[in-house]
Amino acid sequence: MFRSNGRRALRILVPLGLLAAWEAFSRAGFLPRNLLPPPSAVLYAWADWIFGFNHSAGSDSGTWLMDASASGMRVFTGFTLAAVTGIMAGIAIGWSRVAEASMEPTLQMLRPIPPVSWIPLAVIWFGIANKPAIFLVFLGAFFPILMNTIHGVRTVDANLVRAGAMMGGREHQLLRFIVFPAALPSIFAGLRIGIGSAWMLTVTAEMIAVKNGLGYVLWDSYNFFRYDLVLAAMASIGLLGYASDLAVKALMTATLHWQQSTTVQGRQG
Amino acid sequence: MAAIEISGVRKVFRNATSGDELVSLEGIDLAVASNDFLCLLGPSGCGKSTLLNMIAGFETPSAGTVAVDGQAVSSPGADRGMVFQQPTLMPWLPVWENVAFHLRLKGASRRARREAAATYIDMVGLTGFADHYPAQLSGGMSQRVGIARALLMNPRVILMDEPFGALDEQTKMEMQTELVRIWEHHRGTIVFVTHGIDEALTLGTHIAVMSARPGRIKALLPVDLPRPRDVTSPRFNDYKRHLLSLLRGEEAGSLPASLAVPA
Ligand SMILES: Nc1ncnc2c1ncn2[C@@H]1O[C@H](COP(=O)(O)OP(=O)(O)OP(=O)(O)O)[C@@H](O)[C@H]1O
Ligand SMILES: [Mg+2]
Repeated sequence: MFRSNGRRALRILVPLGLLAAWEAFSRAGFLPRNLLPPPSAVLYAWADWIFGFNHSAGSDSGTWLMDASASGMRVFTGFTLAAVTGIMAGIAIGWSRVAEASMEPTLQMLRPIPPVSWIPLAVIWFGIANKPAIFLVFLGAFFPILMNTIHGVRTVDANLVRAGAMMGGREHQLLRFIVFPAALPSIFAGLRIGIGSAWMLTVTAEMIAVKNGLGYVLWDSYNFFRYDLVLAAMASIGLLGYASDLAVKALMTATLHWQQSTTVQGRQG
Repeated sequence: MAAIEISGVRKVFRNATSGDELVSLEGIDLAVASNDFLCLLGPSGCGKSTLLNMIAGFETPSAGTVAVDGQAVSSPGADRGMVFQQPTLMPWLPVWENVAFHLRLKGASRRARREAAATYIDMVGLTGFADHYPAQLSGGMSQRVGIARALLMNPRVILMDEPFGALDEQTKMEMQTELVRIWEHHRGTIVFVTHGIDEALTLGTHIAVMSARPGRIKALLPVDLPRPRDVTSPRFNDYKRHLLSLLRGEEAGSLPASLAVPA
C-alpha cells in the first residue's frame, strides 16, 4: 500500500519539482528571460494558443486544437498505413521463403536510410501538404513494425503450427488463427516503437514541408523569437506522444490479457 | 483392414552441413488393427518419434509406405488426432476454445463450439475449467486438454508421443487410468510412444519393441493381461522381464510359455 502510494506520488512530485526548479532558475535572471522563459510564461502563451483569449500568441492564438489535430491526423494515418502493411509484409516474410527471398533484401537496404533523408523526394512527389508528412511517418513506423513482426513470426512455437495442421488447418487458417496471434506480443513491441517514431517524423516533416501542425508552429515561433511558444509546442508534442503510446499500450493490455498470468506468476506451461 | 499399415519403411536423415547420412529407421513393417492400443517402446533415439511423425504426416518415409485406413499418408490431417509431449495449447485461448479449435477451423458457431467442448472437457475430468487459460493449468491438466482436443475430432487414430513424460509419477498413473477408461469407452486406435516398460504394459493391447541404430522393430508383443492392470501381479512381471531382456538386446527367443497367448 504505502509503497505503491509512494510511487504514485513520485510520478507527480518529480515533474512538479523539476518545473519549480526551472521557474526559479529562469526568474533568477542568469539568462535573458526571453531565451529561457519560465514555465509560467510558457503556460500563459500555451493557454492563449489553445483558447485565444488575448492574442498574446499572435497569429497562433486559438489555433492549438487545429494544429494538434492536424499533426495527430498525420500520425494516425501514417501509423495505420505502416501497421497494416508492416504486419502483412512481416507475416509474409517471416512465414514464406519465397516472400523472404523476394522482399527482404530490398527492404533491408531501404531500412538504414534515415526517413528524414526522404524529405526532398517527398516534397517533389507530394508537394507541400499532408502527404509528405504522412509518407515520412509511414517510413518511420513501418520498419520497426516490420522487423518485430518478422521476428515474432519466426519465433512462433513450431509445435503450435503442427497442432493446427493436425486439426485440419489450411495454410491461410494457420496464419490467421495461430501464427498471427502467437506473434502479437512481438507485433505490439513494434507498434510501440513505431508510434514513437511517428511523432518524431510528423514534427520533422511539419518543420520543413508543411504549413500547419505542431511542428510548423514550433519552427515558425523560433523564426519569430517566440521561445515560450517553442516550448509550448515541445510540451504539446511530448504530451500527445505520451498519450498515443498509452493508447497503444492500453490496446496491447486488452489484447494480450492472456499473457499476464504467464508473466506475473511466472508459471511454465 | 488394418487401421494403420506400415510396410518397408526406411528413413534417412541427411545432415545439411556435414552431408552425413543417418539411418533413423530401417525395414519397418507394422500393421495396427482397428481399436488396438499399440505402444511403441524403445530406447531414446531409436526413431519412435520419427515413426509416429510419419503416421502423422510431418515426415515422409525415404522408402516404403505408410497408410491409414487404406489411404497413403501425405500430410497432416484431422482424420488423425495427435497428443504432443508438450501440451502445445494456444496460450491466448481459454480451455474450451483450445478443445474446440478444430471446429473453429471448420467455421462452427461459437455456441456449437462451446457445447462440443463441454462434452469433452467433462470426459477428461476438467469440468469447471472451461474458461481457464493454459497458463493457469498444471501440466497434467494441460495434457488433459490436449487429449480432449484430439478426442473432439473423433479421429480414427490417435497418436501420442510420450504425452505423460513430463508428469510426476502420481499424476502419470492417474492419467494412464483415465486414458484407458476413455479408450474403452470411446474405442478407436491409439499409437502411444513411450520409453517406460510399466507404462507400455499398463496401457497397451500390443507393444512394439524397438532397437536403435538403425531403428528397427524387434518384436511385436500382444499383451494378454486383464484390466485394470495390476503392476504387482506375477504375470505383469513375467512380461516385464521379457521386455527387459528384449530391450537389453538379448536374443530372448520365443515368448516364455507362461505368456503364450491362447489361440
Ligand atoms: N529432423 C531430423 N534431422 C536429423 N536427424 C533427425 C531428425 N529427427 C530425428 N533425427 C535423428 O533420428 C534418430 C531418431 O530420432 P527420434 O526423435 O525419432 O528418436 P526417439 O526414439 O523419439 O527418441 P526419444 O525417446 O529421445 O524421443 C535420432 O538419432 C535423431 O538424431
Ligand atoms: Mg521422441
